[in-house]
Amino acid sequence: MDHFPTNWGRPRNDAQDLYNTYPLHQRPNNTPKDVFADGVQRTQQPIVTGTSILAILYKDGIMMAADTLASYGSLSRFKTIQRLQSVGENTVIGASGDMSDFQYVQSILEELMIEEFTANDQNELGPAEIHEYLSRVYYARRSKMNPLWNSVLVGGKKDGKRFLAYVDLLGTTYSASTLATGYGAYIALPLLRSAVEGREDELTEEQAQKLLTDCMRVLFYRDARSLDKFQIAKVTDEGVVISDPIKLDTTWGFAEKIRGYGPQTQ
Amino acid sequence: MFRNTYDSDNTVFSPQGRLHQVEYALEAVKQGSAAVGLRSKTHAILLALKRSTGELASYQQKMYRIDDHVGIAIAGLTSDARVLSNFMRQQAMSSRMVFNRPIPVNRLVSAIADKAQVNTQEYGRRPYGVGFLVIGHDKNGPHLYEFSPSGNSYEYYAMSIGARSQSAKTYLEKHFESFTDCTLEELIQHGLHSLRETLQQDKELTINNTSIGIVGPAGTHEINVAADGSFRILEGEPIEIYLKSMIPKDAPDAGEGAAPAAPAGDEDVQMAE
Repeated sequence: MDHFPTNWGRPRNDAQDLYNTYPLHQRPNNTPKDVFADGVQRTQQPIVTGTSILAILYKDGIMMAADTLASYGSLSRFKTIQRLQSVGENTVIGASGDMSDFQYVQSILEELMIEEFTANDQNELGPAEIHEYLSRVYYARRSKMNPLWNSVLVGGKKDGKRFLAYVDLLGTTYSASTLATGYGAYIALPLLRSAVEGREDELTEEQAQKLLTDCMRVLFYRDARSLDKFQIAKVTDEGVVISDPIKLDTTWGFAEKIRGYGPQTQ
Repeated sequence: MFRNTYDSDNTVFSPQGRLHQVEYALEAVKQGSAAVGLRSKTHAILLALKRSTGELASYQQKMYRIDDHVGIAIAGLTSDARVLSNFMRQQAMSSRMVFNRPIPVNRLVSAIADKAQVNTQEYGRRPYGVGFLVIGHDKNGPHLYEFSPSGNSYEYYAMSIGARSQSAKTYLEKHFESFTDCTLEELIQHGLHSLRETLQQDKELTINNTSIGIVGPAGTHEINVAADGSFRILEGEPIEIYLKSMIPKDAPDAGEGAAPAAPAGDEDVQMAE
């Protein structure tokens, strides 16, 4: 049934309903068809991309890390892109994959949160609600064969409950005490799991920060689309804090002896 | 019956600054049989008087479940109520699907109030001819709202709508301060006393013409209630025990009803014939 009275009693569209055979409750939309629809091409691949996101639970909440690079293919195109974003008071999201799609998602989330803010009724969306919403957005877009090309981690703490979950361009979701997207899911996740699993309620903030920093360093050594500059976000009872960019300490002395890196010619 | 000059079109104000069509719509609500709503710290309840068109006819449904946590009682045009309740159900389902969150009750009421308001302002429309009492619970506890065709919605401690609802309102205004700490049984008793005020001389509340809607934890006479105290409608046999708990109208303190009656279970008071 069409619940919007503005549509009621509008003229039929003769192109679709020549003999007025549609009952009121399933009358087709009378808006004109997009004549350029066939000429529109959907996203086939991401263009400007961000690499891994890492996230863990720890004693006081959740912590998330991402470097500040947006690559254009293999080119390190933008080196100061923030890929972690706070959403409301209790939630942070981090995105890998297409950065323009992420910016679009940021804009719809901002719109959503403004709408929630104006409702002004103490029914704020928490991390679980935002994750559910994102999963619906991503699944709806994949179902239109026009996906938003991201893997997103959503984390937060609300009413004393920690939340950490994943959603990607297919609308796939899952939840765990340690999560990673992209290359980090291969390289960093085993390190995170062995350090965090079973110790989610013991890990201190310093330990969590050190663990993520170590993993970001490993990723910088091994992931050719990564950068040695990264940010850490934490969500605790006090709310969301996203750090300024942190520079990794790295050692390259060993490279001298590696064929192809150092001064050797052969 | 032409009482007014400025009433053929709801977009035109009368010189007194009134919209007569909207006021007529509010009259349509008063034609419907009465519904009463009350709220305590723990529960919100609805009580409604059902009408039937005759001896042979069934009683018209007065209460609708919208979602696990929300229910409504209606007074006015049932067909308009079905359109609006259908819309409310869709809004409630959409909130559950998109955010995995039961819709906050105030937003649900605002949503239908906004729809009703449009009909008071645009050309070629008519206002809805139905009013609702909406109960629900969310993280802020139980709530009671009134929705009316003028597009207004307010939250209340207790409220009544429909035919002769003023009598019920008078009862509620006299007693509402005690509702906060009532048990479910006491709250229902107050509700029934209040609903009884709307009856015609020779009528009484029976298990056939009374509906009770509840959100909140199970009462002592209830069985098979979900642990979260989701909305349920009591009709027929199960409400007999509550009807019996009423203090007869001709009793010394009838209508006062201030003293919480003894637990309804051991009640042996008979209803006045």
